[in-house]
Amino acid sequence: MLLKRVGVGLLTLFVVSILVFIGTEILPGDVAEVMLGQTATPESLAALRTQLNLDQPAWLRYFGWLADLANGDLGSSMTGSTTIETLIKDRFANTMLLAGVVSIVAIPISLMIGITAAMYAGSAIDRTVTTGSLCAVSVPEFFTATILVMVFSIQLKLLPSIARPTPYMSFFEILRTLTLPVLTLSFAIAAQMIRMTRAAVLNVLDAAYIEMGILKGVPRKQIILKHALLNAISPIVNVIALNLAYLVSGVVIVETVFAYPGLAKLMVEGVQTRDMPLVQACAIIFGSIYVVLMMLADLASFLSNPRLRHPK
Amino acid sequence: MIKPVLKVEDLHIVVKGLNGTEKLIVKGINFEVQPGQVVALIGESGSGKTSIALAALGYCRPGLEFAGGKIEFKGVDLISTSRLERRALRGHKIAYLAQSAAATFNPSIRIGDQVTESAVLHNVLSQKEADNKAVLLYHDLELPKAETIGQRYPHQVSGGQLQRLMAAMALCSGPELMLLDEPTTALDVTTQIEVLKSFKSLIREKGTSAIYVTHDLAVVAQIADHIIVLCDGEIMESGPTDQIIHHPAHAYTRKLMAAVNPIPTDKREIKISDKQGRLTLEVEALYAGYGQIQNGRPEIPVLQDITFSLPSGSTTAIIGESGCGKSTLGLSIAGILPRASGNVRLDGKNLPARLEVRSRENLKHIQFVFQMADTALNPRQRVSDIIGRPLRFYKKMNRIDVRNRVLEILEMVDLSPELVTRYPKELSGGQKQRVNLARALAADPEILICDEVTSALDTIVGANIISLLSRLRSKLGVSFIFISHDISTVATFANQIIVLYAGIIVEQGPADLVLSPPYHPYTKLLLASVPELRTDWLDDTVQLQETKAAIARQVEINETGCPFYTRCPFAISGTCNESLPPVRDLGAQHSVTCHLDGLALPGNNDPYQQRVG
Amino acid sequence: MNDSENPIITFNEGSGIDKKRFRFSWTGWLGIIIVTFWVIMAFAGPYIAPFHEAEWISDNTFDPIGTTYLLGTDYLGRDVLSRVLWGARITMGLAFAATVIAYLVGVTLGIAAAVSADWVDTLLSRLNDAFLSLPTILLGLIVIAALGSSLTILVFTAGLIYASSVFRIARALAKDVFVQDFVEVARARGETIWWIIFREVLPNIIMPISSDFGIRLVFVILFIAGLSFLGLGVQPPMSDWGSMVRENLQGIAYSSPAPLAPAFATASLTIAINFIVDDFTSKSGGALIKEIV
Repeated sequence: MLLKRVGVGLLTLFVVSILVFIGTEILPGDVAEVMLGQTATPESLAALRTQLNLDQPAWLRYFGWLADLANGDLGSSMTGSTTIETLIKDRFANTMLLAGVVSIVAIPISLMIGITAAMYAGSAIDRTVTTGSLCAVSVPEFFTATILVMVFSIQLKLLPSIARPTPYMSFFEILRTLTLPVLTLSFAIAAQMIRMTRAAVLNVLDAAYIEMGILKGVPRKQIILKHALLNAISPIVNVIALNLAYLVSGVVIVETVFAYPGLAKLMVEGVQTRDMPLVQACAIIFGSIYVVLMMLADLASFLSNPRLRHPK
Repeated sequence: MIKPVLKVEDLHIVVKGLNGTEKLIVKGINFEVQPGQVVALIGESGSGKTSIALAALGYCRPGLEFAGGKIEFKGVDLISTSRLERRALRGHKIAYLAQSAAATFNPSIRIGDQVTESAVLHNVLSQKEADNKAVLLYHDLELPKAETIGQRYPHQVSGGQLQRLMAAMALCSGPELMLLDEPTTALDVTTQIEVLKSFKSLIREKGTSAIYVTHDLAVVAQIADHIIVLCDGEIMESGPTDQIIHHPAHAYTRKLMAAVNPIPTDKREIKISDKQGRLTLEVEALYAGYGQIQNGRPEIPVLQDITFSLPSGSTTAIIGESGCGKSTLGLSIAGILPRASGNVRLDGKNLPARLEVRSRENLKHIQFVFQMADTALNPRQRVSDIIGRPLRFYKKMNRIDVRNRVLEILEMVDLSPELVTRYPKELSGGQKQRVNLARALAADPEILICDEVTSALDTIVGANIISLLSRLRSKLGVSFIFISHDISTVATFANQIIVLYAGIIVEQGPADLVLSPPYHPYTKLLLASVPELRTDWLDDTVQLQETKAAIARQVEINETGCPFYTRCPFAISGTCNESLPPVRDLGAQHSVTCHLDGLALPGNNDPYQQRVG
Repeated sequence: MNDSENPIITFNEGSGIDKKRFRFSWTGWLGIIIVTFWVIMAFAGPYIAPFHEAEWISDNTFDPIGTTYLLGTDYLGRDVLSRVLWGARITMGLAFAATVIAYLVGVTLGIAAAVSADWVDTLLSRLNDAFLSLPTILLGLIVIAALGSSLTILVFTAGLIYASSVFRIARALAKDVFVQDFVEVARARGETIWWIIFREVLPNIIMPISSDFGIRLVFVILFIAGLSFLGLGVQPPMSDWGSMVRENLQGIAYSSPAPLAPAFATASLTIAINFIVDDFTSKSGGALIKEIV
């Protein structure tokens, strides 16, 4: 069962790599032409084609690319002569930093709010939370970001509207510069997690064994924290992993708004300049993170289910 | 005078609609439970019996509300008392046992912790004392591995065991009143005996008062001192068990009793329809199951070497516990589940295994009626479309003919013509089952396969369906294959009975011969497990050798030997577990698959030679 | 907004919506009013708008809110209000077209997978899972990197990307219905696969599938707006709300309404749709809560 899930995960990674390859090398037709655009001369085209091994059949190129990937070789960028690895290194660390801070901020808060809302389902608190979070999940990140910048940077002049951490900054300076992007991302993700956590707990709270708890005279706290939460762990863990995976798309917008030097912004730049090897590398990194997180979500819910932990 | 434990006075409960509408579902109920007394609340679904039982905990399901009256537990009115007071009583002085233990045990907490939870919570016992008491209770309830069963999770034990573990959960804090809500309804008859037996002896031993909620009069007769018959939230009749069972005063009670079929002991003749020219069905060496088929054997075998024939216009009952392969047999005859090998011949012509390959004519001849009308009727089609479709499909009738014929068929199954525009969800359970039946009849079949068509219905509704089927049979001359887990339902109804166990036919023959000695040990077990309407049935039946060894075990499909070996009180070690039992012809088309010869078969004080000779 | 919260409405629930008992909440009504407003604007916007979307009406960029230009002017001195009203058509039109494509493709393939042989189902589902296992915006970026951006590409990209989540829902619903006994009855009667799909299965999944349409529409609106915001969606001189936010981003520094107005417009539309959908899908969970002492 466990092994099977890991197997499926690896298979998915494989298919993802094929999809990325198709998207970046086959879909465009002649990649060389696409990349050079109007500056193309027959000579430069031919040179680029050789450089990209475009004279080889597609499947050969695919496996070559896969083998390079496996060795950690991401290829080199088209714009500069730098290798993609050097381009990506710092950017990747920055994106991880952002995602990490967001997780630390958003997860505990949203779990607390979600569980509280479920405990008082139907109350004024619950209605405020559900309506508020529904609004929050519906708005685009650029909306949240613009409002936050308008208020905190322009009006109150408290926080920078541009987030560029440098190695020379102190811890608090880094924190300050990260505040707005973190808030923006947390806003969307926390709202989503609150809703899903609430739904997961409520779902459990309607079960027959909860009624049995009431009929056994078990007090409220114990019903929620023991009888309900033990059964909600698996869906909640799933919720967390899904939302961490969602950070991957969230960062694309947020890094752009705040000019944050992260991997997602790099990828958008790659798309704008049609730097295919760069897009390819970023896509495969994001895709892998996403697939791995999904797999972890499944494993976590597997481990928190006694039915699976203790087979008959 | 002794004070009653529970006194219910003029209890009213309403169900609240969304628009503030209220509907009474419990209408002024009065009764008392004396110390040590077991009071049964008996009624069909919608009678309000569960709501009354839950009210004895001061609890109403969401959507329901108390609308008057009092429920006094030892002088405390459970309705008006504080929430904390109520909570203190629940699980401590008053304990509840639900219908489905599988749903009421928390799947993520070990059984032992749940059993002892309320005793510890209400400070009756320390955790250690409670653990010890739980083990004693497991012993009393005859649970296997009493010392360690508490360490397990609910999904790791069987349904019958879980039901008894719930009794342990209720008893651990030493309650003065137990509420048992249909605690055996979901179980097989053989498991039911074991569970009933444990409940009865424990209640007697501890002197606990109890309210026993059920729809089954025969079950109640075993365990209750006092019976209250409910219908539509009102008490129809109330009195001591003996009085109700032997001298029922109310017409409704008599109707309930009539629906409990005693197994006829005398020989009786069920006439085969006199309509001629109908087709016969023969099944020969049929193997079926699930998964890949290799060399005519499925990966997961269910049925093995099934051979029988169905004379035209007769009724054949297929009986056995859940997991015996009854439905699989019906499905593979109909072609819905293609057989792996063997022949199914209709009027001498072999039918293809897969229904996609069968001709429309052949499909029309064999109609299958599914157990659950709820899922067998498309919720998006009106009754007229549901019944009309076979007419259009098989007979190419035009609109007007279809409309007229649908009305005729509705009349045939005793349904009012105004139902024709209804959707299934606007029908009652019994009406849905009639529509389900009507659709099959509309095809004008030769053979009608009915899969447990009454088991999801209330007793009286189910009995009405059976009598409808009997009438239709003589009127239409259709052959029936009637699949049921309940030998008492089929006993009055079938000409021929096939007893299935773990996918093989263990006994088959004319109904009166199968239902009278000599029996296959499994047939005997099934017969002995049917609750009878007499108060000493349970005590008698648990003494029987046949039931002692066999109850509360599950059907297992064996690789070698007789599948019934592990449960058979007559098993011959070294023979029954080693080789497949032979088919013994007892004459008059009656045969038994058993290592025991005719003389040694249970119930055979009347040697079969006599019959043969 | 997250794609993973697919409120798959179960078969029973969807078919059981009781018309007599269903009522919109106040948020639902608010949603209806706002959506109606924007739908009218999508048709009538260009006729109502005081100026043409591309008209340079002011010498000043980023005018504040005023009487001539109700919502001020943008970075080129165009009337923001007029551009928002014009933009309604393209924003909603694109999203609607893409969602329709997503449904046509997703529902067709979903039902096909549900009723086909196991291996076909497994193949389609696995492929779809892999597709779904990439974040949508990432897929969008890859396709646009490869093919460039035009309205057609945008609509089809969004449509196909979201077809995979529609596929998953349609397949799950159809599969649920397909194992019901009444389908078995129809099969046993000898009905063709087309009868079973159109008469037995489809009527039972149409309700839950259509209430999912709103949610999918919100995702698509946000997706296209997101791409436009990145400069990879709708290209100038055409404008939709997402690209308007981007164009006017530096206006934030002057507290100009230019970037805020289209952002507000997008948010109001998506919130409103979700309000309506929420009324249809909200479950009456937690009935036992008040009993827990």
